[in-house]
Amino acid sequence: MNIIEVNHLTKYYGKARGIVDVSFSEEEGEIFGFIGPNGAGKSTTIRLLLSLIHPTSGDARVFGKDVRKHGPEIRQSIGYLPSEVYYYEGMKVIDLLKYSASFYEGDFKDRMKRLSDIMELDLNRRISDLSYGNKKKVGIVQGLLHRPELLLLDEPTSGLDPLMQRKFFDLIREENANGVTVFFSSHILSEVQRLCNRVAIIKEGQIVEVSNIRTLQQNNYKKISMTGENLTPGLFDLPGITNLQRENGSLNFFYNGDINLILHKLNQVPLMDINIEEPTLEEIFMHYYE
Amino acid sequence: MTNIFKFEFQSRLKSLAVWSLSITALIVVFFSFYPVFADQAAIMDQLLANFPEELRVAFGMGGVPLNTVMGFYSFIFLFVQLCLAIQAGNAGFGLVSIEESELTADFLLTRPVSRIKILFSKLLAVSAIFILTSLVVWVSSFGAIGLFRAGNEFQPGTLAVLLSSILLFQFFFLSIGLFISLIVKRVRSVTPYSLGLGFGMYVLNAFGGVLGDVKLELITPFKHFDAGYIIQNDAMNWALVIINFSVALLALILSIYLYLRRDIQAVS
Repeated sequence: MNIIEVNHLTKYYGKARGIVDVSFSEEEGEIFGFIGPNGAGKSTTIRLLLSLIHPTSGDARVFGKDVRKHGPEIRQSIGYLPSEVYYYEGMKVIDLLKYSASFYEGDFKDRMKRLSDIMELDLNRRISDLSYGNKKKVGIVQGLLHRPELLLLDEPTSGLDPLMQRKFFDLIREENANGVTVFFSSHILSEVQRLCNRVAIIKEGQIVEVSNIRTLQQNNYKKISMTGENLTPGLFDLPGITNLQRENGSLNFFYNGDINLILHKLNQVPLMDINIEEPTLEEIFMHYYE
Repeated sequence: MTNIFKFEFQSRLKSLAVWSLSITALIVVFFSFYPVFADQAAIMDQLLANFPEELRVAFGMGGVPLNTVMGFYSFIFLFVQLCLAIQAGNAGFGLVSIEESELTADFLLTRPVSRIKILFSKLLAVSAIFILTSLVVWVSSFGAIGLFRAGNEFQPGTLAVLLSSILLFQFFFLSIGLFISLIVKRVRSVTPYSLGLGFGMYVLNAFGGVLGDVKLELITPFKHFDAGYIIQNDAMNWALVIINFSVALLALILSIYLYLRRDIQAVS
């Protein structure tokens, strides 16, 4: 079953572009990455799913329900962590969490204790006294507190130190193992690579690729770097070679094509060393943004 | 829904206390001068007769003689109204905009409640605050008059009519404030708006007559609920009250329409 289904969703803010004709879907239990640089339309998409903003055209369904008509019902089972967290400044952390919990049915006392212990969050401090990172922790606990079935995470790791990021990822994995579907937006590829099964890449408001993270890494590109004497870029004029770079007697490029052709070519060149590897997601990503 | 109401109500209690104290002080202190006024009635009336008519109207010393209890009270009531207008304007301009300027809208609107419920819970909380404010004005008005009327007679029934206008008066500033806050792009600070609306309406009423035939004063609640008129006629000016209520209701309905369709912009 598809937890999120987005069809030709378009949002303009007046004349300014938000997203254009975005379509993708996320299955139950997935951790779905949503990658793009700032301003590409990641937050716009998430805000449309939450009915914080209204689509110009197209539609979106969450849990099979139209976000325009069933907003409150859908949000009952959504945990949202915004990229910038702001809460009522005068409140204590515990009062804010209780207020948040009061919108949902159930008793979340134990869970509040457990989550804040994991995230090392002091419940008795005033929100206005918290550092940015600590506010982010409040956001995490608040987002997970009511046992949502879908987590919408918008750049969740900004402001968290590496140790907390790790704890946070462990928490997300644990939730996911319990059946929670995760939608994870980020511009940091390594974290998406660590966590997600599938990714959508968004560029200037449009989806350029939706793909399994493995196929994205495996099927397309090889990163080849070699050292040897008399290596000139002219030696490699095969189609499918990109990003050819030469530095201090070594030659690097990406190759996308018949692997036998390139091996044959390499055979004819005297080499001292060669390295053929999977490109990192970062490098693939840069390719989409050229 | 009750949780939003409770939250909103509690977060407004401090401001309620400040307004209540200020308005009570205004009424009691001002009215404590009444015995002196009443004693020197003849001199006062002579003095006032020397002022131009427009000036007297502007300061609420138009129709009713100042040496009567109700006349003196109506003079004070104008300033009470000004306070009430600013209080109601604050509530209206800030009702939903404060969530956006303090960036808490994302939190509230991602809870599983509809916007209409959020809006009504907030309106209900504000109404409760207004009712309490009203109650404070009733108590301090009757109290101050009881203490300082120096044996002069007054009409409790007329005073009750005047005081019961407060809720309608505030409703106007609440919904106009809310409406304006939803048509401007972003309200950064509520106070300049509510002061502007409150004093603007006051000035329209006070000096509207000076401008001549243009009936500008017809759009201001200070005219709709003019204390002088209510005291002289022992009733509200119902034609104006209906204008007032219709405008306020229209602003509220348009506000609901706008709020339900509003895009909550991301923090940037």
